[in-house]
Amino acid sequence: MMNQTNQPLLQVEDLRVSFTSGGALVDAVRGVSFSLGREKLAIVGESGSGKSTVGRTLLRLHPKSARITASKMQFGDIDLATCSEKTMQSIRGQRMSMIMQDPKYSLNPVMRVGDQIAEAYLAHHKVARAEANQRALAMLEAVRIRDPQRVFRMYPHEVSGGMGQRIMIAMMLITEPEVVIADEPTSALDVSVRLQVLATLDDLVSKRGLGLIFISHDLNLVRSFCDRVLVMYAGRVVESIAASDLDNAKHPYTQGLLASLPSVDQRRERLPVLQRDPAWLTQPIGA
Amino acid sequence: MAMIEVDKLNLSFGEGAEANQVLHDVCFDVGDGEAFGLVGESGSGKTTVLRCLAGQYSHWSGSLAINSERLGRKLDKARCRKLQMVFQDPYGSLHPRHTVETALSEPLAIHGITDASRRIDSILTKVGLPTNFRYRYPHQLSGGQRQRVAIARALILEPRILLLDEPTSALDVSVQAEILNLLADLRKQEGLTYLLVTHDLGVVAHLCDRVAVMQQGRIVDLIESASLVGAVPEHPYTRMLVEASRHYSREMAEVGADLTPAEAV
Ligand SMILES: Nc1ncnc2c1ncn2[C@@H]1O[C@H](COP(=O)(O)OP(=O)(O)OP(=O)(O)O)[C@@H](O)[C@H]1O
Ligand SMILES: Nc1ncnc2c1ncn2[C@@H]1O[C@H](COP(=O)(O)OP(=O)(O)OP(=O)(O)O)[C@@H](O)[C@H]1O
Ligand SMILES: [Mg+2]
Ligand SMILES: [Mg+2]
Repeated sequence: MMNQTNQPLLQVEDLRVSFTSGGALVDAVRGVSFSLGREKLAIVGESGSGKSTVGRTLLRLHPKSARITASKMQFGDIDLATCSEKTMQSIRGQRMSMIMQDPKYSLNPVMRVGDQIAEAYLAHHKVARAEANQRALAMLEAVRIRDPQRVFRMYPHEVSGGMGQRIMIAMMLITEPEVVIADEPTSALDVSVRLQVLATLDDLVSKRGLGLIFISHDLNLVRSFCDRVLVMYAGRVVESIAASDLDNAKHPYTQGLLASLPSVDQRRERLPVLQRDPAWLTQPIGA
Repeated sequence: MAMIEVDKLNLSFGEGAEANQVLHDVCFDVGDGEAFGLVGESGSGKTTVLRCLAGQYSHWSGSLAINSERLGRKLDKARCRKLQMVFQDPYGSLHPRHTVETALSEPLAIHGITDASRRIDSILTKVGLPTNFRYRYPHQLSGGQRQRVAIARALILEPRILLLDEPTSALDVSVQAEILNLLADLRKQEGLTYLLVTHDLGVVAHLCDRVAVMQQGRIVDLIESASLVGAVPEHPYTRMLVEASRHYSREMAEVGADLTPAEAV
């Protein structure tokens, strides 16, 4: 196992999240535990399994209607479950950031992208505007924007989807966070751009030693990109496994997800379809 | 025998200096009963090719033929009975306040077909849905069930050809597997011809016999799916698509940077 020598950046134990929706209670997350080191940790699972809810809850970005309990949600010396909103504000966007699936909703449409990145830095650091601008430019370069000077002055509607996603990443990383939560950061991107965004994230983990939570439903990608994988089903982690070991996954749900992927290398008449077992809802992990 | 013939298809949007040519001499044939795939990056013109065939654009040049009959520029009822299109978004393509029955009877009414009720039962069975689903509204269906209804609606006029635009990209992998199996079964049973557009190479390679690779409005490569097994394609862009569908790799990311048009980077 890697990172065993390092203190975990984040420790979560028995996280539970429920929503009230139309009078009914939805248990979105039902007892999730994990720890994150300086590594790329994937959360995979079907739509509605609770992946985004876990990510948002860590940063307290959940709606008011959410009920949250955890026996532990430790980030360094801070208890995320009980800390004040003020403490949370000092963490959010500075020490821990979240990259959302669609950059269009997260960028301010009437502000030049370079200024937005610089603002993100200024919000947490007392430096001159010129220095913040310099850092923003350097960050655009770090996320492999080809002509950072030109892109700095563009508005969000003038950039392509792939560029917008990398601008978002630049904005989330300029404060040098210790933990980044990326929620399906590349699923809307073309293959070539997707590869470049991944390479950028990869560099940041290895060069800056940050911890990355990578939420995705692309098992082939996760297998080769991440170090470890948490497999979620109906609000629970049913399997936790080294990415390189996914082929030896034990849980029938993980096996089923992998088998149902069409592949260029394996030609099959029919794809196996997942047969869900009600026992998966309650079985302890590793059973 | 070719079922679909596309020859020197060109299309521009806009006029004069503003004109933006989005298809450049696109040529390919799809055999009777064949499944043919189109892959390529966003904006490369895949959907536009389907829309030309489906009669949604009329300002193209070149020639299009279905079953050896040249297509005119206007959409006529006869074309609808030969060819139907299925879209990516199973939410957007069904009217939220129409029941499954209404969605399925509409094309029948337009074409003056009378035994609607029997046909609806039979098509629902064919796409693997219980016949009482005819009384349901879209919000009462899962994503996979909605896509089944969309396929049923495309098939109810018994076309020979389905044009499929990203039919599974809004679905989970397990639901995607169900829809891909359904499409494979229907092709076999009904002898259908498919023209499938997707950005997922795994999906095209699974369902299609041959795949054309598009880049900026041109077909740049044509490959047999069977030849991709364990192979490293020669064309650099195809190679990147194939490698990226297998796994993430650092080297491919560098190659990708060189293959991306400047405005996307
Ligand atoms: N604000 C909310 N109010 C009520 N229910 C919610 C809310 N947000 C999420 N849920 C429910 O919680 C469950 C988990 O949702 P979540 O968005 O975490 O899933 P996900 O794994 O991220 O899925 P996807 O892959 O589709 O993004 C779902 O059943 C969802 O409907
Ligand atoms: N109605 C239109 N008017 C003007 N330009 C258009 C129109 N429809 C498409 N285009 C342009 O034509 C080009 C090809 O678009 P098309 O939708 O065919 O791409 P695609 O390959 O299907 O992409 P995607 O994978 O994103 O669906 C794009 O540059 C697009 O902006
Ligand atoms: Mg989500
Ligand atoms: Mg398209």
